[in-house]
Amino acid sequence: MGREFLEGNEAIARGCMKAKCDFFAGYPITPASSILHYMLELVPQAGGTAIQAEDEIASMGFCIAAAMTGRKVMTATSGPGLSLYSESVGLAQMGETPMVIVNIQRQGPATGSATKGAEGDIQFTRWITSGGLPVIALSPATIGEAYELTYRAFNLAEQYRSPVFIMANKEIGVTKESVDLDAIELPPLVERKKVASGKDYVPHNFNGLTDVPAMSDFGGEYIARYTTSTHDKTAYLTTNPAVIQEMIDHYTAKIDEAADDMALYKEDFQAGAETLIISYGIISRSATVAVKEARARGTKISSLILQTLWPVSKKAITSAMKGIKKVIVPEMNMGQYCLEIERLAPPGVEVVGVGKMNTSLVSPAEIQRTGGLL
Amino acid sequence: MSTTKAAANGYTTYMTDKLGPLPFCPGCGHYVLIKALDKALVKLQLDPKNVVIVTDIGCIGLSDRYFTTNAFHGLHGRSITYACGLKLARPELTIIALKGDGGCGIGGTHLLNVARRNIGITLIVGNNFNYGMTGGQHSVTTPTDGLTSTTPWGNVEGPMDLCGTAIAAGAAWAYRSTMFDKELSDVMALAIDQPGFAMIDIWELCTAYYSPRNELKRKGLDDLLASYNLKVGLLADNPRPEYSVHYKEAYEAGKSVIKPKLPIEKKYDNSVSRQTGIVLAGSAGQKIKSTATLFAQASMFSGLDATQKDDYPITVMTGHSLAEIIVSRERIDYTAIDSPDYFLVISEDGLKRARARIEKLPETCTLYAEESLDLPETKARVIRLPWAETAKKISKLSVAVIALATMLQDTGLFSQEAFATAISQFQKAKIAETNLKALEAGAELVSN
Ligand SMILES: Cc1ncc(C[n+]2csc(CCOP(=O)(O)OP(=O)(O)O)c2C)c(N)n1
Ligand code: SF4
Ligand SMILES: [Mg+2]
Repeated sequence: MGREFLEGNEAIARGCMKAKCDFFAGYPITPASSILHYMLELVPQAGGTAIQAEDEIASMGFCIAAAMTGRKVMTATSGPGLSLYSESVGLAQMGETPMVIVNIQRQGPATGSATKGAEGDIQFTRWITSGGLPVIALSPATIGEAYELTYRAFNLAEQYRSPVFIMANKEIGVTKESVDLDAIELPPLVERKKVASGKDYVPHNFNGLTDVPAMSDFGGEYIARYTTSTHDKTAYLTTNPAVIQEMIDHYTAKIDEAADDMALYKEDFQAGAETLIISYGIISRSATVAVKEARARGTKISSLILQTLWPVSKKAITSAMKGIKKVIVPEMNMGQYCLEIERLAPPGVEVVGVGKMNTSLVSPAEIQRTGGLL
Repeated sequence: MSTTKAAANGYTTYMTDKLGPLPFCPGCGHYVLIKALDKALVKLQLDPKNVVIVTDIGCIGLSDRYFTTNAFHGLHGRSITYACGLKLARPELTIIALKGDGGCGIGGTHLLNVARRNIGITLIVGNNFNYGMTGGQHSVTTPTDGLTSTTPWGNVEGPMDLCGTAIAAGAAWAYRSTMFDKELSDVMALAIDQPGFAMIDIWELCTAYYSPRNELKRKGLDDLLASYNLKVGLLADNPRPEYSVHYKEAYEAGKSVIKPKLPIEKKYDNSVSRQTGIVLAGSAGQKIKSTATLFAQASMFSGLDATQKDDYPITVMTGHSLAEIIVSRERIDYTAIDSPDYFLVISEDGLKRARARIEKLPETCTLYAEESLDLPETKARVIRLPWAETAKKISKLSVAVIALATMLQDTGLFSQEAFATAISQFQKAKIAETNLKALEAGAELVSN
């Protein structure tokens, strides 16, 4: 197609269509609404169905059920809507439902500033629902990445039979940028693992805990069952503590143990650097400028930009911290991902959070000032 | 679609006894309901693979797993949403949602909306006037004065007429009945056969809570109906196109308006030597955002990279509207403009929003301002322009084009042709025509 001038929300919709999404349900909310608009137009053009639901709970209900019939589904919202998604995300985890959930974050809490950016939902997404099971979440820094990571989110959703979050914010969603989507290299599409014909269908079949069970569509070759309640591999309810624990271990292991496999990040290390900036999303672009400016002044400094936020890319983060004395973590919240870095920082490594939530971007100057680089 | 006259496929039941007997208390209405549903399915002889029983939470929600059909058991009060999701994704499937009166309360909006949309699912409500599963609390259908664990002195709330509510919302087919209705299974088969949304509200006894507390027995149900002046039987039968059918038709009829997207290829040169930040501050309704986009697209026609970040209040037709455009030969990282190179202020709203920034503009910045504005002190080089006057002669909606054309002419960042190309390529012919005039007029303001 060539170069275009696109907002992140359109890039997300296009990435979603590129991943062959054929079902979308959503509810209007600034600054995510234009995803709903794009999807309502694009999905039927690809032979699928897209609908504006009566609320966010229905959006999730429609999507989860449609996903279990074999559709590739996505929904999109912002903070207040994400709060309403909460219970249903648990359902999607319980039923091992592949789906993509986009959150174009806005400044909060509650209604907050509808048209202004922030990234206050980072830990909320990690702990989005009761039970505390792990989630997968990706954070794009550019309009191109919004496209690419949405596409990849569909792959992860299929590969791990799990909801996958795209965590952008207003500063990506409705910021426009020159981009050539076709020039972005994408991995092959991951097809849903379906049960082999003629075998018995066990909806949550696994041998090893990290195995991802093959699926059969509702309305397909096998009788399918899906349940919100504590169940065994056959999706029948169980009260057996050993079986219950095995299921929980499975849900946990299939994601947590794959953390390093699904880790997406960008390293820019400088030999001899003792300072490292770890960033993600739109603020990683401020970090890039801060690094450039610091280096121009002769300061040695390294940068790690995370695209996968959950599960935590432990290996990438730990190895980036080798030889580092100070880690600077800029973010558009009051220090949420900073907590993860503190957890992983070896003793003696200073972690400096540069966080604010006043609706403006954290600037390269602020990173350098609070980070002690000036 | 299923049909009542289907040849017998040999299904004698759609229930399994593998899980033992149904888990309900003796005499519970849900038992009757489930058995009637089994009979209805036998009557219809549907392939169990093409049927989904959807439930949510409550005693009624324990029932899906006793069926040999597909089963979907979801969150409290949300069975309609899953049923709709299944039906939207696979319209050929038969989807039957079961719900309690409790579920109809917490998920009331879904009842209204499925009725309104006419999504072809069947909804069967096991209405026992209280929350059985959680210990007999009152629900949206608990009769006034009814005793429950949460109405110890009698219910002071009025009950909701489920069918009446759904019919008011547009339900194509609705039926009210009681657990003692001998025709329950026939009625269910009829409901399942409806192409659109069909619901049955079945009044029941909860033998653990509501019935003993209120001495409600078989006759009591009839008395209750009579006291509300409510009819049993078919209450609505107004068929209209099912959602998915209508959806397809609407798309087929409307798809011809879809326009192909066009790429932006480099056609012109530019004289941009470093990353350049331009702020355009005006009012809502002055086409600030869309004009900034055209300008950015023009920069792309000139081989540049661009970003655009907007600032506006939630009510888009009033107050300020600001656009920040960055153009650059290299990749743009930081998308905010802390130190603008060019600042254009078109209106009072824009000035109000940008005043603090204007006061801090560096001397390297050029401030282009509508001449009628009362500007604050600034170190920027100021150029005042009769934009509003000029726009009056062309179109008020073109003032942002005029302003950016002026700046472009003054700076020579890239060519006016590039701006004209963006306008012609991305705007409707009539609007483009006006804006091309505006472009010329804007450029003239500084060229002479
Ligand atoms: C979100 C949520 N809130 C509360 C509950 C607790 N809860 C379980 S069943 C139920 C009421 C069910 O009543 P009804 O739908 O009438 O079904 P019945 O038990 O009477 O068949 C409630 C409130 C829940 N499971 N989920
Ligand atoms: S508590 Fe009431 S609704 Fe639940 S099984 Fe017993 S009688 Fe039925
Ligand atoms: Mg009830």
